[in-house]
Amino acid sequence: MADENVKEVKMGRGRNMGPMPKLENPGKILGRVLSYVFKDYLPAVILVLVCIVISVLATIRGTMFLRTLINDYIQPMLTDTLEGKTADYSPLIKELLIMAGIYLVGILANFLQGFIMIYVTQGTLRNLRYELFSKMQRLPVKYFDTHAHGDIMSIYTNDIDTLRQMISQTMPQFFNSGITIVSVLISMIIISPALTGVTLVMVGIMLFATGKAAGGSGRFFVKQQKELGELNGFIEEMMEGQKVVKVFNHEEANISRFDELNERLCDSSCKANQYVNILGPINAQLGNLSYVVCAVVGGILALVVDPANALAINIGDLASFLTFNKSFNMPINQISQQFTSIVMALAGADRIFKLLDEEPETDEGYVCLVNAVEENGVLKESAERTGLWAWKHYHKADDTTTYVKLEGKVVFDGVDFGYTDEKQVLYDIQLFAKPGQKIAFVGSTGAGKTTITNLINRFYDIQDGKIRYDDININKIKKDDLRHSLGMVLQETQLFTGTVRDNIRYGRLDATDEEVEAAAKLANADSFIKHLPKGYDTELTGGGASLSQGQRQLLSIARAAIADPPVLILDEATSSIDTRTEKLVQEGMDALMNGRTTFVIAHRLSTVRNSNCIMVLEQGRIVERGTHDELLQQKGRYYQLYTGNTSEVMTA
Amino acid sequence: MPKERVNDMLKKLAAYIKEYKAPSIATPICMIFEVLFEILIPMLMASIVDDGISKGDLPHIYKTGALMVVLAVCGLISGLLGGVFAAKAATGFAKNLRKGMFDRIQTFSFSNIDHFSTAGLVTRLTTDVTNIQNAYQMMLRMCFRAPFSMILAMAAAFTISAKISLVYLVAVLALSTFLIFIMRRGMKYFTQVFKKYDEMNATVQENVKGMRVVKAYVREDYEISRMKTACENIYRLFVKAEKNIVINFPVMMFTVDACILLISWLGAKMIVNSGGTLLETGDLMSLLAYCMNILMSLMMMSMIFVMVSMSIASAERICEVLDEEPDIRQPEKPVTSMRDGSIEFKNVFFNYNRDGSGEPVLKDVNLSIKSGETIGILGGTGSSKSTLVSLISRLYDVTGGSVKVGGVDVKDYDISFLRDQVSVVLQKNVLFSGSILDNLRWGKPDATEEECINAAKMACADEFIEKMPERYETRIDQGGSNVSGGQKQRLCIARALLKSPKVLILDDSTSAVDTATDAKIRKAFREVIPGTTKLIISQRVSSIMDADRIIVLDDGKVDGFGTHEELLGSNDIYRDVYETQTGGSGDFDEVG
Repeated sequence: MADENVKEVKMGRGRNMGPMPKLENPGKILGRVLSYVFKDYLPAVILVLVCIVISVLATIRGTMFLRTLINDYIQPMLTDTLEGKTADYSPLIKELLIMAGIYLVGILANFLQGFIMIYVTQGTLRNLRYELFSKMQRLPVKYFDTHAHGDIMSIYTNDIDTLRQMISQTMPQFFNSGITIVSVLISMIIISPALTGVTLVMVGIMLFATGKAAGGSGRFFVKQQKELGELNGFIEEMMEGQKVVKVFNHEEANISRFDELNERLCDSSCKANQYVNILGPINAQLGNLSYVVCAVVGGILALVVDPANALAINIGDLASFLTFNKSFNMPINQISQQFTSIVMALAGADRIFKLLDEEPETDEGYVCLVNAVEENGVLKESAERTGLWAWKHYHKADDTTTYVKLEGKVVFDGVDFGYTDEKQVLYDIQLFAKPGQKIAFVGSTGAGKTTITNLINRFYDIQDGKIRYDDININKIKKDDLRHSLGMVLQETQLFTGTVRDNIRYGRLDATDEEVEAAAKLANADSFIKHLPKGYDTELTGGGASLSQGQRQLLSIARAAIADPPVLILDEATSSIDTRTEKLVQEGMDALMNGRTTFVIAHRLSTVRNSNCIMVLEQGRIVERGTHDELLQQKGRYYQLYTGNTSEVMTA
Repeated sequence: MPKERVNDMLKKLAAYIKEYKAPSIATPICMIFEVLFEILIPMLMASIVDDGISKGDLPHIYKTGALMVVLAVCGLISGLLGGVFAAKAATGFAKNLRKGMFDRIQTFSFSNIDHFSTAGLVTRLTTDVTNIQNAYQMMLRMCFRAPFSMILAMAAAFTISAKISLVYLVAVLALSTFLIFIMRRGMKYFTQVFKKYDEMNATVQENVKGMRVVKAYVREDYEISRMKTACENIYRLFVKAEKNIVINFPVMMFTVDACILLISWLGAKMIVNSGGTLLETGDLMSLLAYCMNILMSLMMMSMIFVMVSMSIASAERICEVLDEEPDIRQPEKPVTSMRDGSIEFKNVFFNYNRDGSGEPVLKDVNLSIKSGETIGILGGTGSSKSTLVSLISRLYDVTGGSVKVGGVDVKDYDISFLRDQVSVVLQKNVLFSGSILDNLRWGKPDATEEECINAAKMACADEFIEKMPERYETRIDQGGSNVSGGQKQRLCIARALLKSPKVLILDDSTSAVDTATDAKIRKAFREVIPGTTKLIISQRVSSIMDADRIIVLDDGKVDGFGTHEELLGSNDIYRDVYETQTGGSGDFDEVG
């Protein structure tokens, strides 16, 4: 199960999903990638560049060697032998040894380049991952509402991966190819400018053909990606609903739709692949053609043209020129083929930088939470954990610091809120909770219950009105300290990979084992934990997939219990928990709520009934408020909800 | 993995090549031709230099050049054809594999489906098939080409000079030994790294999903410091793994360079000593040109090896689907008529583990339900309520005993017929992308709009559909994400009603519907479809207390079966649940 989850992570936006991206400003992004790499690895990168230059020069010197071998050594020695003299091998041996030295330097440079690049690439990726993650932690909750989780994940997986390829392979190769092209070109010009001209014409033809084929493949790749997306969407939907398909005997209809999509994908993907496949042979044979043309022209220049003519060349030169001709085509092909992968990588880099540039959650709060002791009725700050907390409030106006006891009084005064400016969700919310009181929110989905609770801990900032916490405007309180003082139990429980103990301790990192177990007991979670294979040390994976929803909820209650906050925000579980576990959860929650100011999004009658105040929400407004009995007497919306009576239907 | 199993697996996959056998065979043939021309061309190149340029024979250069152009064109044609056939074969094979799997999945029973996770099936149908497609194309194009190119180049080299070519033989042996050694080691490291890498990404995903918890507990710094360690670890592991293979290319270069030097030396000696009779300068050039052919082919083979062995995992996962035997089959003489909606359970046992291990989840269940009765089912999680009802439409087969509908064992019915007569609204239900009408018509493909509206009215879905901008033509997004939970449930009920079944089963299907609407739906059932047997599972006592009879399930056993009043008097579990939820509704969820 855990494995499957991991696989799921990688899917997200597939690497080749979607057409070739259009980039706003590729040069700028490239510059930013480079400066990011240079930031920590400038000396290493310079060393790599030097290595590349050395290895290219060594390779070219190797190519020249053929010319020297035939012209300067074999031919003279052969002539010597044919004339009856004994050939002297010592110059050749010397030359071979020099070559061996040059080759070795080239190999060494190549090895060094690869070796350093490992550190440069992986180090850069490590820094990027870390920065991405740190940045992500600082982003406001809103970011996660407006960005699909799959897309965020895809930045960590696909985009980082394409960037890795670009840094470690494409960029050095690009540089390598560039240097090779320039140096081979120079060598060719030195040997014969005329033949160089011929070669360049052939290269032009080659680039033209490549462009044509690449264009065709691009068109079909776009089509393929679109159809792949459609088929994948269909597959995902049907696998998700496979049981429903069975129940409705919909197999045949499914298969025929699948066949249609599958056939279409096969067609376009076949064409796209064909274009890619023929690129290689076209280039190779055009390369051969270029060779023949150079050989023929070269032959004419060597044999027909008067040796005194500037265009004339000798046989050895022609041989090396032909070798250069071959080694000239390769880097040109490489550059033209890698162009796509660079654009892809830059698109990924663009997404990475966008996340890094995202505005972090701001915090202008300055009132902080401190441990306090009360001496003669006056609160004083304490260095130790006293169990008594106070808000340290510094007043700039008169340079004084006051301490206010943390009690858990919460007041909403005319609060308006909308997730976006266009659509308001909450209207003029008035609310008053005394320390230790229990406030219940009831109402239909989308009425704004969860939104209200998200305002108290400042997951979102309100547009209008005021929220006061112990008579302090919450905008003045440091967000971290505010959230420390609030406990949260959400309906959809999120557990983390780690032991049960780790998960409970998430509420307070310095809690002892005894405290963890005490919290679990309070939350009614102790008994089921003890029945787990390794008790508190049982490893949870995949968000606690091996536990039932009720058990996960019990753990999250324990997690809130150990934090021991004065104010609680609870989202009760809906009916999908069975009655017995629900009873345990309820008892756990009741124990937790005892003596704390609690805001509860209520689904259960018992919770609602013993609340100090019930808020009935409808479309972002509080339409009724009061105790259970008061509201029943009003015979309004609450009465309808409670009795299940509406004007048209009487329950049996 | 044992070799035999790999062979079996490959054989099984190969069966799906089907109509793409011709291009699959044609591709390597084209590739072999391409190689042939690739080898011949350097020979002509040498001839141009030796016989043409050296001897001043310009006509020979023209002649050989023309021949070379012809060969290049032939090479181009075989290359193009090879590319075209390879694409056809590989994408076709992928298409057949996908279809094979999809068709197989359609025959799966519920227990087969339970065997896989949704994400797992999707990965198999998408990523895994793509992996196989790429590996297959690579194999077709390179598997014969690379070795053939190497052998041919080697042979050509040997015909020029056997003595000198021995150098290549030694080089090939040395380099391949080295490559095998490095690959083995490298792969071992990389599997480890990728496992850690996946773990790290899983942690990131956990954080993305649980950001509210992280922020609520102010654990940003804690998570960041954990991530820092994780990044550092991944960095170290990757560096370690990559260090293992970074030597590959330099070693390859070393081998090439060493060959060039050795052959230059030996060749020069041979030319000079024999006075150019044993070996000519052009021959030496060809010999050196083959160096690249031979050693690059070797590198290519090692790459194929890596790619194929990486796709083995995908092949294995695909085979898991293809190998899964559907465990519910059509009877030999299927019954296609149903007397009525009466249901009888006789000594029914059921176990999810097909090998019979572990405790059965239903133990000796005996029930007799009359046609047209409304039956409520109550019990805690794990009391097997869903399991009990899924036996009726044969979503699972009983392990022991029998289930009869209309007096006939469910195993004797035609499966589609049975499922049309016994309509189940699943607990985990799904709507599909398409209009509301499209979704409703899942229940009855040829239903008129009026029939759909009637069903929607009965399920109290009409009231909200009418308020939607395009009413019954409103598009439902994938998974029904643009309707609320309660609306989704009502649409699912309407869809099931369109079948006009003899038995209707609601598996906790109104949990997100408010009590009033819930009551309205039940009232409609009573009035409009009195002849249909209705089984209603619910956690909410109010949803079932007005049923004709109520089944109380506990731990896979029937703990009580009777009317509301009877159970209140005699059944502890029922009374307990009833008292917890007393006083009308227990829920405040979702109104309207």
